[in-house]
Amino acid sequence: MNNFIYFWNHFAFILLMMGGLFIIITSQNYLKKIVGLAIFQTAVFVFFVSLAKVLDGTAPILTKSLSVYSNPLPHVLILTAIVVGVATSALGLALVLQIYKNYGTIEEKEIENLELKSDK
Amino acid sequence: MFDLFLDDAPALVVVLPLIASAIIAFMPSKIWPWIISMIVLVFHLALSLHLIEEVSISKIIIYEFGNWEPPWGISFKIDGVNSGLQILFSSFVLISTFYSRKIFLNEIEAEDTGKAYSLWLLAIGSLNGIILTNDIFNLFVFLEISALASISLISLGAGLNRKALLAAFNYLIIGAIGATFYVIGVGFAYAMTGTLNMNDLIIQLSQYSEGQLAIFAGMSFMLIGLMVKAAIFPLHIWLPAAYSYAPSAVSTLLAALATKTILYFFARLLFEVFTIYENYLIIFLDFILFPLSVIAIFIGTLIAIYQDDIKKLLAFSSIAQIGYITLAFSLRDHSGITSGFVHIFNHALIKGGLFMSVGYFAILYKDRVTLSSIKGFGYKYPITSFALLICGLSLIGLPLTNGFISKLYLFQALYINQMYIPIALVAVSSALAVVYFWKIVEQMWFSDIKPKPEKEDPSIYFPIWIITISIILFGMYSSPIIEFSTLSADYLTQGLQK
Repeated sequence: MNNFIYFWNHFAFILLMMGGLFIIITSQNYLKKIVGLAIFQTAVFVFFVSLAKVLDGTAPILTKSLSVYSNPLPHVLILTAIVVGVATSALGLALVLQIYKNYGTIEEKEIENLELKSDK
Repeated sequence: MFDLFLDDAPALVVVLPLIASAIIAFMPSKIWPWIISMIVLVFHLALSLHLIEEVSISKIIIYEFGNWEPPWGISFKIDGVNSGLQILFSSFVLISTFYSRKIFLNEIEAEDTGKAYSLWLLAIGSLNGIILTNDIFNLFVFLEISALASISLISLGAGLNRKALLAAFNYLIIGAIGATFYVIGVGFAYAMTGTLNMNDLIIQLSQYSEGQLAIFAGMSFMLIGLMVKAAIFPLHIWLPAAYSYAPSAVSTLLAALATKTILYFFARLLFEVFTIYENYLIIFLDFILFPLSVIAIFIGTLIAIYQDDIKKLLAFSSIAQIGYITLAFSLRDHSGITSGFVHIFNHALIKGGLFMSVGYFAILYKDRVTLSSIKGFGYKYPITSFALLICGLSLIGLPLTNGFISKLYLFQALYINQMYIPIALVAVSSALAVVYFWKIVEQMWFSDIKPKPEKEDPSIYFPIWIITISIILFGMYSSPIIEFSTLSADYLTQGLQK
C-alpha cells in the first residue's frame, strides 16, 4: 500500500496510457483515434515530468536562498516531445480531413465497405 | 574557409538537407526544387566521403553540438559501425533523387513539386540523423521527423489512389505508438541512469550489472518501439500499404533506406548498449527475435506469392528480407552481425533497384502495376525489364549478384552456430522467392503478346542501371561491402567479448 502512495504518479501514468491505447484500438472513428493518440502521448509526458520532481525542490532558478531544485532536463525533453506530438496530431487531422473529402466519411467500417465495393 | 566547413561535416550532412528543405518548400517552379536538392546531395556525398576518410584515420569521430561535452550535450558519433552505412545512404539518396524527377512529374501535381522535394529532403536529413546520433532522445526526434515526412510523402500518392490516405493514416497511428513506446523506454533508462548519451549510458548501466526490473522494462519498451518502426514481424502491418500506395519515387527511398537505418540502430542498441545484460539478450534474441524472424521469412514470402499488385508483392518480400536481417542479428555473434550488415547493404540496393524499375512501369502504364498489366513488357521496354530481371535474380540469391553474397554469409553464420534447421528453412524460403519472382518474369517474357520495343527515357533508366551494375559488381567483387560489415561487427562485438 505504501508503494502505491509513493509511486502514485506511475499508476496515474499507466492508467492514462492504457486509456489512450484503448481508445486508439477500439474506436472506429478516425478523429477519436487521434484523440486517443494525444491522450496516450500526454500520459508519457506526465510520466517524464513527474520523474523530475525532487522532494521540496523548487524551480531551477539560480538564487542564493534556494539550494534544492527539480531536475530541469526532463522538462526540456518533454518540451521537444510536445512539439513532436502537436506535429503528429496536426498531420493526423489534416489526413482525416483529406479522408473525409475523398470518402465522405471518417468511420473505419464504412470506409472498408466503400473499398470492398470499389474493388468489385 | 573550406576547412571550417569540413570540421562541421558530421553536423552538416544532417543540417544541409534540413535547411534546403525549408528553402524549397514554397518554390512554385517545377525544376528548381530538384536542381537544389541535387546540388545539396552532391555536397552531402562529398561530406560523407570526407567523413569516411577521417574515420579511417582517427577510428572515431565524436561531434559535440555547441561544444557541450557529452554527457551534457547532444553528440553525433561516426565510427566503424555506421561509416559504411553513411556512404551507402549518401550515394543511394543521390541516385534516387536523380531518378525521382520524371517520376514525380508524372505522379503528383506540378505545383506540389516544391513541397514534395521539401519533404523528400526532410526525410533524408532526419534518416541520416538516425545513422549518426549518439543520444537516445535525439534519436526519437529524428525518428518522428522522418516518420512525419514519410507519412506526408506517402499521402501524396492520394492523387493516384485514395487508399494512400488510409495507408498514411495507419502508418501515422502505428508509428506514433511505436515512437511513444520508445520514449517510455528512454524515460525508464533516464530515471535509472540519469543520462541519455549512449557512451555514458554504457558506463552508467554497468552499475546495475545484475540487472533491475526497471531497466529491463525500459529496454523492452525501447526495443518494441524500434521493432514497430523497423517493421519486424508481427509489427509490420503498416508497411505493405504504405510502400505500395506511396508515389513510386517515395517507395524507392523508403523501401531502400527507412527501415534499414532503424535496423542499424536496433543492432547498435542491442549489441553496444545493452550488451552487459547477457541473460536478457539471450531471452530476447533466442526466444523472441529468432522465432519471429523465421516466421517473418515464411509469412512474407508466402503472402508475396499470392499478390497481384507488384508493388505490394515487393513490400511483402521486404518483410521477409527484414526477417533475414533480424535472423542474422539474433545469432548474437560476430558472423551473425556481419551477415546482418551485409544484407542491410545488399537489400537496400536490390529493393531500391526493383522499386525503381516497377515505378517506371507504373508511369508508363499510367495505373497500378499488376501482374496482368505487365504482359510482354520484357519486349516492349527491354532496358528497364532487364534491370528488373537482374535485381530480381539478386533478390533470390543467384551467384554473380550481391544477393548471393548475402545468402552465403547468412548460411555461413548459421552453420558456425550449428543451426541446421534454420539453414534448411532459409533455403526453402529462397526457393519460394523464385515462385513469386517467376510470376513476374513469366508475364513479362513468356506471355502470348510480343509487342515491338518502345523508346525508354534515359534519365530514368540511367539511375536504374547504376544500381543494377552495382548489384553485379558487388556480386563479383564484394570486398567493400564485406569490409564495412566486418568493421561494424568488430566494433559491436567488442562489448560482447568483455
